[in-house]
Amino acid sequence: MPAEIYLNVAVSGLLTGLVYGLMALGLSVIFGVVRVVNFAHGEMMTIAMYLAVALFSAYKLDPLAMLVPIAAVLFALGYVLQRGLINPFINRPEHSQFMLLVAVALIMVNALLIAFGPDARGVQTSYAFASFALGPLIVDANKAYAGLAAVTVAAGLVAFFRYTLIGKAIRACADNYAGALVVGLDVKRLYALTFAIGSACVGACGSMMVLLVDVTPPLGPTYTLLAFVIVITGGLGSMAGALLGGVLIGMTEALGGLLFTPSAKSMFTFAILVVVLLFRPQGLLGKRLT
Amino acid sequence: MIPLLTDGVPRRGLKLLVALALALLAAPLAANDYLITVLILVLYFAYVGQAWNIMMGFAGQLSLGHALYVGLGAYAAAALYVHFGVGPWLGLWVAMASSAAVGATIGFLAFRFGVGGVYFAILTIAFAEFARIGFDHWGWLGGSAGLFLPVANYAHNDILTLRGSPTMFYYVMLTMTAAAFVFCHALLRSRIGYYWLAIRESPDAAQALGIDIFRAKMVAVIISAAMTSLGGVLFAFYYNNLFPEQIFHISRSIELILGPIIGGIGTLVGPIVGAFLLTTLAETLSEIMRWVGIDLPGIKQVFYGFCLLGVVMFLPDGVWPPLGRWLGLGREEGDRGRGEGER
Repeated sequence: MPAEIYLNVAVSGLLTGLVYGLMALGLSVIFGVVRVVNFAHGEMMTIAMYLAVALFSAYKLDPLAMLVPIAAVLFALGYVLQRGLINPFINRPEHSQFMLLVAVALIMVNALLIAFGPDARGVQTSYAFASFALGPLIVDANKAYAGLAAVTVAAGLVAFFRYTLIGKAIRACADNYAGALVVGLDVKRLYALTFAIGSACVGACGSMMVLLVDVTPPLGPTYTLLAFVIVITGGLGSMAGALLGGVLIGMTEALGGLLFTPSAKSMFTFAILVVVLLFRPQGLLGKRLT
Repeated sequence: MIPLLTDGVPRRGLKLLVALALALLAAPLAANDYLITVLILVLYFAYVGQAWNIMMGFAGQLSLGHALYVGLGAYAAAALYVHFGVGPWLGLWVAMASSAAVGATIGFLAFRFGVGGVYFAILTIAFAEFARIGFDHWGWLGGSAGLFLPVANYAHNDILTLRGSPTMFYYVMLTMTAAAFVFCHALLRSRIGYYWLAIRESPDAAQALGIDIFRAKMVAVIISAAMTSLGGVLFAFYYNNLFPEQIFHISRSIELILGPIIGGIGTLVGPIVGAFLLTTLAETLSEIMRWVGIDLPGIKQVFYGFCLLGVVMFLPDGVWPPLGRWLGLGREEGDRGRGEGER
């Protein structure tokens, strides 16, 4: 009996972890290519979550059906943000870029607080209490759909970077900035595009995440931090690493919450981060840091 | 010691400093209770901002978890007082020692393995968050329900147990801020100070010149952590209540570093100017909101956000370097000295 509980919790953590992984993937893409720390990452996700909640409560639109439109809105937001604010900071020192995004994050969190209030908001889908039984395993329908959606989007993203011309161009920028300039790539536009793609990632992620948790404005910084922990754990610049890190952290949280108290679950996340930084600073699947 | 400390400081600057010190000393005579509490806040942020500035401004190590040291200092001194009746003047040594130890641990973890820049920043946040959640579950220290100090008797100022009126706290805070200023000035003039500046500008070059950069960074994090925790001790005895959710929160860490960033990272005066600007602006904003009769939670933070945005975009070196030049004080030694358009 207890073994089944652990298995169930582990699977639920795995599915949540896939959504985490997608969120981290967005961050990893931005960080890996643009070399800017998107410290407003989680905040952008809460914007997407509030969009999903608002659409649901106003028009009863299912968050997963709204995944593409919400991702598109965040894509536009990311593009504008990069073009207008971040681009002039590309060559500034790291802490300067960082402060810029902290300011953006601060404005986002508190604008949401002013607009939606401090109370938690969520969605009640028709399948909210449904579940699938696979032998001894009981999988929550919400989590199953969210996890599936996350894998689909992540696969699409990997395919985009591997097979499309723009995807290849973006990877070229990441690999060799000067080289990309030399062969005549419009690096500025590609940077903006990358930032937008990373933002669309969190947009999609937000519409999945509302199925799993209720949203409050302070959730933003928490998820920013979580995304960073996942990216560092998985390995910077590695797409598979981000997903692996997400799954690892998701399962650790779930099992940690089961074994100890749920409120202490993120302590395990940070413990993993410390261990990874100690023994494998480049992350689980990352390339050697220089 | 005195002639050494004032060496190279422009006479004008000295005069302005003395005038400022006198004005601050005399302030309680003219100010009402409200103004005193605002000034305490200014001094508090000026103090912890200077402590943070040692790490980021001098040694170039971006710490985003300085709330950790504030919280550790606050909890150490408060727990000793509440549980064992140990006064703050003894407790502060424990506070400083424990914060220095934690700072050394983080520094060791990070610097030994070449974890720098953003990675280091994330590591510091992670430790602060770890502490926040840990203290939330530590029953002996009140857990998430908070730790409370016996409420002060405002009629009687007892400096030995730090129980008393805001005016007493004001003078204690003023002394600490002034001492921190002199200390930072001395640090910048010392061998280690020059090491830090060298590391900040180019770690590789510094190492090539034979500087033990690991040791120098460790000294920075230890000094900064210990100093910050002293601010935490004062915080605990001034506010009389501690909640892990508040004191360790990442927004506290960010609030703490806004002052030096707005004032000017790496400058001596910057953290003080920044704390003054930010706190007075925020208080003015609260007053206006109260006056207009709008109560919007979060509006202050949005305002902070736009302030920060404006400063990083248009005054990348902070307010102090241009202000100092305008006052005819020239460039001070910790100044980054980055020209327009350069990098």
